[in-house]
Amino acid sequence: MKQFFSNLYAAINKEPWSYIVTFGLMIIGSALVYATPRSLTAFLILLLSPASMYFLKMNNKVKLFAGLVLAIIVLPVLGIRNIFYLEVIFQICVFAALALGLNIVVGMAGLLDLGYVAFYAVGAYTWAFFGSKQISLLHSVPGAAPANAPYFLENPNWFWLFIFLGIGLAAFAGILLGLPVLRLRGDYLAIVTLGFGEVIRVLALNLDKPINITNGPQGITPIQRPTLPPALLDALGRVLEPIVGHPVTEAQFYNVFFYFLALAIIIIAVIVARRLDDSRIGRAWTAIREDETAAIAMGIPLVKMKLAAFASGAAFAGAMGVIYAANRTFVSPETFSFLQSIGVLSMVILGGLGSIPGVIIGAAVVVFLNIQVLQTFSLYLSSLRQSDAVIPIINFAWRNLSTQLDPAKYQKLIFGLILVVMMIFRPSGLIPAERRKRELAGEEEIDEITE
Amino acid sequence: MALLETKDVIKRFGGLTAVNKMNFTLEKGQIASIIGPNGAGKTTFFNTLTGIYKPEEGSIEFNGHSLVGLRPDQVAERGIARTFQNIRLFGSMTVIENILVGMHTQLKQRGTDILFRTKTFHEEEAEAEARAKELMDYVGLKNVGNELARNLPYGGQRRIEIARALAANPTLILLDEPTAGMNPNETEEAIKLFRRIRDERGVTVLLIEHDMRVVMNISERISVMDYGEKIAEGTPAQIRSNQRVIEAYLGREAAAQA
Repeated sequence: MKQFFSNLYAAINKEPWSYIVTFGLMIIGSALVYATPRSLTAFLILLLSPASMYFLKMNNKVKLFAGLVLAIIVLPVLGIRNIFYLEVIFQICVFAALALGLNIVVGMAGLLDLGYVAFYAVGAYTWAFFGSKQISLLHSVPGAAPANAPYFLENPNWFWLFIFLGIGLAAFAGILLGLPVLRLRGDYLAIVTLGFGEVIRVLALNLDKPINITNGPQGITPIQRPTLPPALLDALGRVLEPIVGHPVTEAQFYNVFFYFLALAIIIIAVIVARRLDDSRIGRAWTAIREDETAAIAMGIPLVKMKLAAFASGAAFAGAMGVIYAANRTFVSPETFSFLQSIGVLSMVILGGLGSIPGVIIGAAVVVFLNIQVLQTFSLYLSSLRQSDAVIPIINFAWRNLSTQLDPAKYQKLIFGLILVVMMIFRPSGLIPAERRKRELAGEEEIDEITE
Repeated sequence: MALLETKDVIKRFGGLTAVNKMNFTLEKGQIASIIGPNGAGKTTFFNTLTGIYKPEEGSIEFNGHSLVGLRPDQVAERGIARTFQNIRLFGSMTVIENILVGMHTQLKQRGTDILFRTKTFHEEEAEAEARAKELMDYVGLKNVGNELARNLPYGGQRRIEIARALAANPTLILLDEPTAGMNPNETEEAIKLFRRIRDERGVTVLLIEHDMRVVMNISERISVMDYGEKIAEGTPAQIRSNQRVIEAYLGREAAAQA
């Protein structure tokens, strides 16, 4: 089996096959998704094309071009045709950014953080508070808000500034968390960060009295979105209508807009993470992860470097929080539960601790599994249940299948199983982290001395 | 003025006095050793010097400034580099990265330089890489720059540790049992290396060592510790004939018989 796949990989990993496979997947995938917007297989084929772009050997310029075409033209157009796909991809982007941020803290610096969504919450609530009517409702009881209260910021385009404010506040929260836990390592650190995550969530839940800051469990809504230029929408609408087969609504344009925004954040996050990793700071983080005592003896200031890790990891989550609040126009404490932190952590571990492409793939796999595969499978089962179909040999009518066997109910179970299997067979993740190989003058290339 | 001078340094762990009234001086440019039976407090003394432990009493002066109360990274910044008794490398980093970590205090790149990949950044990184390469050659590591440190054989790992310590451009290097576990050939090489570190780089060397061939061969001055106290000090010849040292190593009765 393993042999078969490695042979297959070797066979397609050379020109012209790599090009044929990649563009084939892209074109066939796009066509299939276009023709049958509800088919899971079609979407999966399309999603395989960026993976083949990453794994197969091709000219870098061609890769970049194909990636751009896919991200800027193909996905938005197909996304408008079936808006659900855009939602899937948006969520992948959101969680990929979170995973990238957490990867700095856990993967690079080795500080196990179980309360990471707290920073996401800080970003989300920052824009939720200022970008909604909440400030005029500070003294009203939750749920009894006057309908005609004004927005605090008349111009919703303050949003752009608040992305940066969200980054700053989340980074600040990261430092606040970092300060008391600096002396802790391993398990102790994990417990304290877990507590911190819960504190932020409980604060959001309870800060509706004495003054109503977060509107408690009901959450804050509506939250403003930045305005999109109507002239541009008109023009784009006219171009896109015949392609997607229906008039494009403003809501759909917003989905595309948030997709692009999330994509931009991902690109920036990847660049920042890579540059940090390959620098004095990133090396110091890795050194701390490997051996704290040796790191400090090399003159690395532990306090400063750990705080820097917490702050920069948190910053990513802060930016995504602001975008998330605007995208949903609604935030509530439920979104920021402990399980979310664990979810992001499992994306990082599944993808490969410390590996930037790994955690992105990890986020994509987990999101895709959660909101698409299992969901689709449930739908399929329930449609079987309503039919008269019978399983042939054992003569079992699908109709009699218990609703308890709905895969959507077993999401966490299946997910847990996947994690267990992964940790047994591929403990360093889907794409394990690799150190950069330097071109050293005078050094000969030698093949692995061990192995 | 002495490079390093400690006066009445006391380090206790609960009721146990691991280092007791240690008075120790080290002149610039010396190669000196601290020896003593197991549990004599040598490594504790090293850890107290480098700020990993805080002494309960006494003063430590390095280059005329007190080191007491400084964190280990601050001590390292003052120019004291060290290696560890049980090798402590950054195992999943490459050899060259290990050495680059040693340069941490030397690099001046700021966050903005790193994020925007300024000219300063590129120049500094290139220079650091060249220096790391030069240090690899210096300690005798060939063609392993891109290997993970943990994949190297034992002797190689010892060399990386020394290169990493030298990367900080220290005035004083503390080597904690640097030849432990080496075969006679490797030990011979190591002795040559320590001499070169002092002669060519002007770095003062202080060793903790059990291998008497190494100690007697290389040291210009030897201090002997037992039960946390310094029991003798002098040239190799003086130490060899010192009655208290022989007793400490062999036990009183055995020494009497010998």
